[in-house]
Amino acid sequence: MDLNIIWFALITILFTGFFILEGFDYGVGIMMIGRPRNERGQFIRAIGPVWDGNEVWMITAGGATFAAFPHVYATMFSTFYIALFLMLMALIMRGVAFELRGKFQSPDWVNLWDFGIIFGSFVPALLWGVAVVNLLRGLPIDFQMHYVGTFFDLLNPCALLGGIFFVLLFTFHGANFLLIKLSDKGLLQEISRQSFKLGIAALIVYVLFGAVAAVETDLLAKAPTIIFILLSIVALVYGCRSAYIKSGQCAFFSSTLSVAMLVFGFFTALFPRIMVSSINPEYSLDIYNAASTSYTLTIMTVAALIFVPIVLCYQAWSYKIFKERIAPTDVNYH
Amino acid sequence: MDAVILSRLQFAITTIYHFLFVPVTLGLSIFVALLELWYVNSDSYYERLKLKRLVKFFGTIFLINFAMGVVTGIVQEFHFGMNWSEYSRFMGDIFGAPLALEALTAFFLESTFIGLWIFGWDKLSEKMHCLCIWIVAFGSNLSAFWILVANSFMQHPVGYEISDGRAVMTSFFDLVTNPYVLGEYFHALFAGITTAGFLVIVVSAWKIATDDISREMFVRTLRRAVLFTFFGLLGVMGSGHMHAQYLAEANPMKLASFEALWETENPAPFAIVADINQKEGRNDFEITIPKMFTFMVHNSFSGEVKGINDLQNEAVEKYGSGYYIPNDVRGMFWSFRIMIATGGLMMLVVFAMWFVSFLKRKYINDYKCYLKMMPILLPIPFIANSVGWYIAEAGRQPWIVVGLQKTAVAVSPNLSAEEVWLTMIGFTIIYLALAVLAVFAAVKFIRRTKITAEE
Repeated sequence: MDLNIIWFALITILFTGFFILEGFDYGVGIMMIGRPRNERGQFIRAIGPVWDGNEVWMITAGGATFAAFPHVYATMFSTFYIALFLMLMALIMRGVAFELRGKFQSPDWVNLWDFGIIFGSFVPALLWGVAVVNLLRGLPIDFQMHYVGTFFDLLNPCALLGGIFFVLLFTFHGANFLLIKLSDKGLLQEISRQSFKLGIAALIVYVLFGAVAAVETDLLAKAPTIIFILLSIVALVYGCRSAYIKSGQCAFFSSTLSVAMLVFGFFTALFPRIMVSSINPEYSLDIYNAASTSYTLTIMTVAALIFVPIVLCYQAWSYKIFKERIAPTDVNYH
Repeated sequence: MDAVILSRLQFAITTIYHFLFVPVTLGLSIFVALLELWYVNSDSYYERLKLKRLVKFFGTIFLINFAMGVVTGIVQEFHFGMNWSEYSRFMGDIFGAPLALEALTAFFLESTFIGLWIFGWDKLSEKMHCLCIWIVAFGSNLSAFWILVANSFMQHPVGYEISDGRAVMTSFFDLVTNPYVLGEYFHALFAGITTAGFLVIVVSAWKIATDDISREMFVRTLRRAVLFTFFGLLGVMGSGHMHAQYLAEANPMKLASFEALWETENPAPFAIVADINQKEGRNDFEITIPKMFTFMVHNSFSGEVKGINDLQNEAVEKYGSGYYIPNDVRGMFWSFRIMIATGGLMMLVVFAMWFVSFLKRKYINDYKCYLKMMPILLPIPFIANSVGWYIAEAGRQPWIVVGLQKTAVAVSPNLSAEEVWLTMIGFTIIYLALAVLAVFAAVKFIRRTKITAEE
């Protein structure tokens, strides 16, 4: 198997890790909307010890893309310039908010940072959905791998619907995470009802998307993609059922699987392309014309094979340390 | 202004802002780790109580700073692709690797173990908890290494060849053992120790003057911070000096620019002040110490130092016609002097505080009004760090990668000036707002936290 394919797989794994882990972080942030202060405190406490480590999955996915497929990094980041600007603003607010929120008890202070966390979770979730749909539809990329469209070309209705889908899916995923992390019975009941509704809403948009994609594009022409997307939908259905019968662990496991299968479906649909040109298929960036040299890929493969398992070990250990459920009184950040 | 100059300005704003926090992270992580080691190894009940509070006190300052550093670091990583796509294409085969390794080997460590440290006080054994902050300190300083490997390639490319119009890596070993990394890394590491130490000095002095209940513990941190900072300053000066000597071979244009030495001389004088006329390539007025520059470079009073004008001619021969002199020699010249002056000033403060820290309690009262004013001095190390990076990066111009790619062709071609204006204004506003809020939170926290043995 050649290195370019290995790296395509590794990037897929990194993005899968990112969407699973940050997916529930974003979702928990969005779940804070309209909640009383002490519940928001519990929500934040649930992701407090791990959100930072989860966010590094995105940074690593970005860095690995830079190292393995520099042309993709260059084209993608300059294409989504304004979108990434908005995402960065959101992530800046979110990251600082986690730290500063607990410093004072004044309601205004806490509300300010809770807004930061909600905004900082909602905007990236939305924008990733927009980006993913645009990547699947193809973008006006010229023969020099330069984006020749505008910011508003990215905001087509289909992409926006993709954004809403991601928000719904991640919120569902986040709600399920709360189901395994909180301990207040009444609150858990309420969240499982919400989780069910969110799951159903995500499912409706998902099926709608699948139908449109099947008719309009050739994205669902590949067998692996179809299998992954079907598995993803089945997992989502099972997740809804689990939320309905208040089985938090099954619900969280299902939404995790659903997110993972979605990412697999996305990458297999693209393969071997990474950024599709809507101007001319020959201008597309694929795993060969956008890649680093085999020397660099070899170095990075060795590094990834050593360090990714190590990272997985200590991150898993940290989840184990914080496996206890959050008590209703445990609302202070630190 | 076009997208190139705006992108440069934006990158400068982000980098300078980011690097206000990074040195504190590098140094304070070590200081807090040392404090916790002290706590773990002490056995008196009351002593432990106080030390634990002290660890948490400086830990909180560290965490506020850390969060600011992390979020601006993400902006930094994205900027390469967003604003400098042609740079990323040209350099990706080489530059991407240290960036990815930074995330893989350092960011994961830092971020995971900082979570364990913050929330693990009751869940981990004392030793394990202490180990967590040491791992954070190790991760932070490792990340600095990787990013400086990347930066050093831009300053002094090694282990590469040009193939199909882009730079490709031929030796990873050469990349990470680039001699340029040594100077940059140790200078940055010791600058971090100095900055963090100075911060602890200022905070401790201020607490000694304003908080009688906690005074005893802050006298003790003051003593340790004085040593810590002194050690840092020695390191900064030593590594800076060695790096400047190394620059004479590796990048003589940069060295000559920050000394505003226009003509090659043997022996070369050191200009204390100069009125720089970049247009005509000379100083209209200068006060110099004869032979001093030569002495600094060669450790002897005879020896040639190359001047900017001759280096320009050499560059034209090598790269074809063009202007290869950094376009802000004046700014570099004065930045360098500011950097040296701040170093000297910090050394004075360290000696003064060392003296204060051993005064008897009743005598300290005589110095209270000075100690209270210490926060005025806090900007000094931050100014030093900023001008230091200004010299390093402005001295690389007009190149983005010395000898390989010019800054002007590295920018993303699809960007309009309006787009860059928008993002630059947006980032600047959020940076300023967050700086105000973070400083407000930190000051209020420092003011009201007491370090005593009372339950």
